[in-house]
Amino acid sequence: MSVAVAQAKSDQSGVYEREDLLNGCQAVAQGVRLADVDVIAAYPIRPYTEVMDALSKLIADGQFDAEYIIADSEHSQFEIVKHASSVNARAFGGSSGTGWMYGMEALVVTATDRLPPLFVVGNRALDDPGAFGVEHNDAMAVRDMGWLLCWVTTPQEALEHVLIGYRIAEDKKVRMPMGLAMDGAFLTHSQHMVKIPSVAAAKQFLPQYDLAERRLHPDNPISVAPQINEDWVMELRRQNWEAAKRARGVIKDAYKEFNNVFGSRYTEPYYFEEFMTDDAETVLIGVGTVAAPARTAVKRLREKGQKVGYVNLRWFRPFPTVELRDCLSRFKAVGVVDRDFAHGSPDNGGILMHEIRSCLYPAKQRPAIANFMGGLGGRDLSIADAQKMYDITQQAAKKDSMDGFVTWIGLRE
Amino acid sequence: MSTAPTIDYEKIKGVHKIPLEELYTSGHRTCQGCESATTMRGFIKVAGSRTVVTGATGCMYVANTSYLTTPWIVPWMHTQLGAGGSSAVGMAAGLRALKRKGKIKDEKINVINFSGDLGAGDMGIGGISAALQSDYDLLIIMYDNESAANTDIQATGLTTYGAQTTFTPPGTKHPIMQRRWKKNVAGMLAVGHPTCRYVATACATFPPTDYLNKVRKALSIGGPTFIHTYDPCPKGWDYHPRYSNELGEFGIKSGLYPLYEIVEGNVIYTWDARKTGKGRIPVKDFLTKQGRFDHLKEEHFTHIQKMVDEMWDEWEIPGVAPIKGILKARI
Repeated sequence: MSVAVAQAKSDQSGVYEREDLLNGCQAVAQGVRLADVDVIAAYPIRPYTEVMDALSKLIADGQFDAEYIIADSEHSQFEIVKHASSVNARAFGGSSGTGWMYGMEALVVTATDRLPPLFVVGNRALDDPGAFGVEHNDAMAVRDMGWLLCWVTTPQEALEHVLIGYRIAEDKKVRMPMGLAMDGAFLTHSQHMVKIPSVAAAKQFLPQYDLAERRLHPDNPISVAPQINEDWVMELRRQNWEAAKRARGVIKDAYKEFNNVFGSRYTEPYYFEEFMTDDAETVLIGVGTVAAPARTAVKRLREKGQKVGYVNLRWFRPFPTVELRDCLSRFKAVGVVDRDFAHGSPDNGGILMHEIRSCLYPAKQRPAIANFMGGLGGRDLSIADAQKMYDITQQAAKKDSMDGFVTWIGLRE
Repeated sequence: MSTAPTIDYEKIKGVHKIPLEELYTSGHRTCQGCESATTMRGFIKVAGSRTVVTGATGCMYVANTSYLTTPWIVPWMHTQLGAGGSSAVGMAAGLRALKRKGKIKDEKINVINFSGDLGAGDMGIGGISAALQSDYDLLIIMYDNESAANTDIQATGLTTYGAQTTFTPPGTKHPIMQRRWKKNVAGMLAVGHPTCRYVATACATFPPTDYLNKVRKALSIGGPTFIHTYDPCPKGWDYHPRYSNELGEFGIKSGLYPLYEIVEGNVIYTWDARKTGKGRIPVKDFLTKQGRFDHLKEEHFTHIQKMVDEMWDEWEIPGVAPIKGILKARI
């Protein structure tokens, strides 16, 4: 069990308490501590498990006070989290791969009950075969269920998005469960220097959880989730839909406030980040750690005079339709990198590509689209792979073909 | 380990001493003669208003808490079919953390889950087992009407041998489709969870006040506790609703449903069906009062009687644990 050690200089502003060498899992654990979470339910599955390892050690050492429950399955784990959230306790859970899918029933009702706990997903391929590497289909399985869902790319972002995530999810205008996704191994287990916020700053940014009229307590004797027949489901679905719409504004406000407290780091429109796109003609877009090789490839191609850039999509639910359309319609060609799959889908491509193509349909200037299926099951996406994807996307801009635009990268043929 | 009692225990002596206050009231649509509704009304009477309840999916969810109406005067929340144990753990943990951190007033709040035999005895038994390993103050009540009663009476792991359900219809090739002996949930949970201090079986109406006192005892003893209730069901068992009370009594007196409590590891029979005790009535007297056993032939009654007799006469813990003595080790 590795525990972060390197103590660096303490921050002078008082906003950060120290800087440590942490991997993604350990960074999330620090975020959970700073969010003053009340109830944690754990169940093991690689690669997310180390979040729970780190949390149990923090609790054992008295650095953090929370109920820590070892569940008997993901289904129980997520139900524990959901019910703790219903009595107004800030609750935390998480999983990976097929474990996430095992708890799916509880994940659905957490969203339809409009409860706002935060779950981390250490992305992992779905069995069979037993594979531990990253693939995004696990987290994306909740994309149509009333969840907030975002991907982070560094341990620093992972820590910060625990605080940001709770703030958005618990907002009275939102009250949706929050899925914080991070790539298995590439992020869960790679170490970076992480600035750890002070307790005071975290408290200033993240208000106390208050379910108010919805909390379950003898002083507030309400009945939650009564059985409905056919005549009210549409209205309830519509309420979820409206909450997701309102979340768009709440997300922006949360980042603005985060910048206020911690110094300006996140840039508008917050849902995604652009890298060297000012005069770009061709961009790739992806989620998670694909950003690393894609950005390096951009730098190298720029040295050769090619006008390329990278867009890192952070928020997947709610989908930033308008902002992303405005952004992507500036370019001649967009290559969508999918670390997921949508078998038998309209274009036989990835989930992300279908969402982006749909988002671009009303655009006045539609860029050509190329789609890349790559890095499935944890296969490395190299800088050379990224350069190849830029090449193919640039070709797509010239022929603008509607056929055969899905390329499998790094496939043994 | 937290073993603080959540209520003070005072035995209810006689039906006229049952609390008058109703916390499960009008606004439900259970069937006439529904024993599970009586079970529910009873536990909340003795638990009182400082209680939160979770109700797992089942007929007592569908028939009770219809949208825009609720019979519950206490806070109530639906939980998934297999999540009885984990719902109670989640709420108890949340309340404990909030109290410890000073976010809510520190007071005794009962946490009770009410789950059916399909949810608690089959699908959710893992979660209940984990709950009974915890150190939270919670009570899980499994109401057992021996079927999935909200989906048209399907057999569960707790359906009595030979019973007719929509999953176990009698046929020309197989006169009996339910060939599984009733799962012994309370005994299994009691044996496997040494730190759980109270497990009991009960029937809402027989013997009078016995069930209410068991609920009270479970809540006052503290820690995680479990009660299994036998709930005759007019719809699923096919009898006139007026006979619910009688059927509960007959089921217990026939020895099919052993009535006991296990307190700190000791088995106490609360209605003694051992031969040396009060004796038993023939199983046939109980089975023939219900339509679901209409298809049984004499040989089936004989077989069931033999199984019940064996359960009481040959098990090391009669009616509770199917251990037939301890064999000498042969080394």
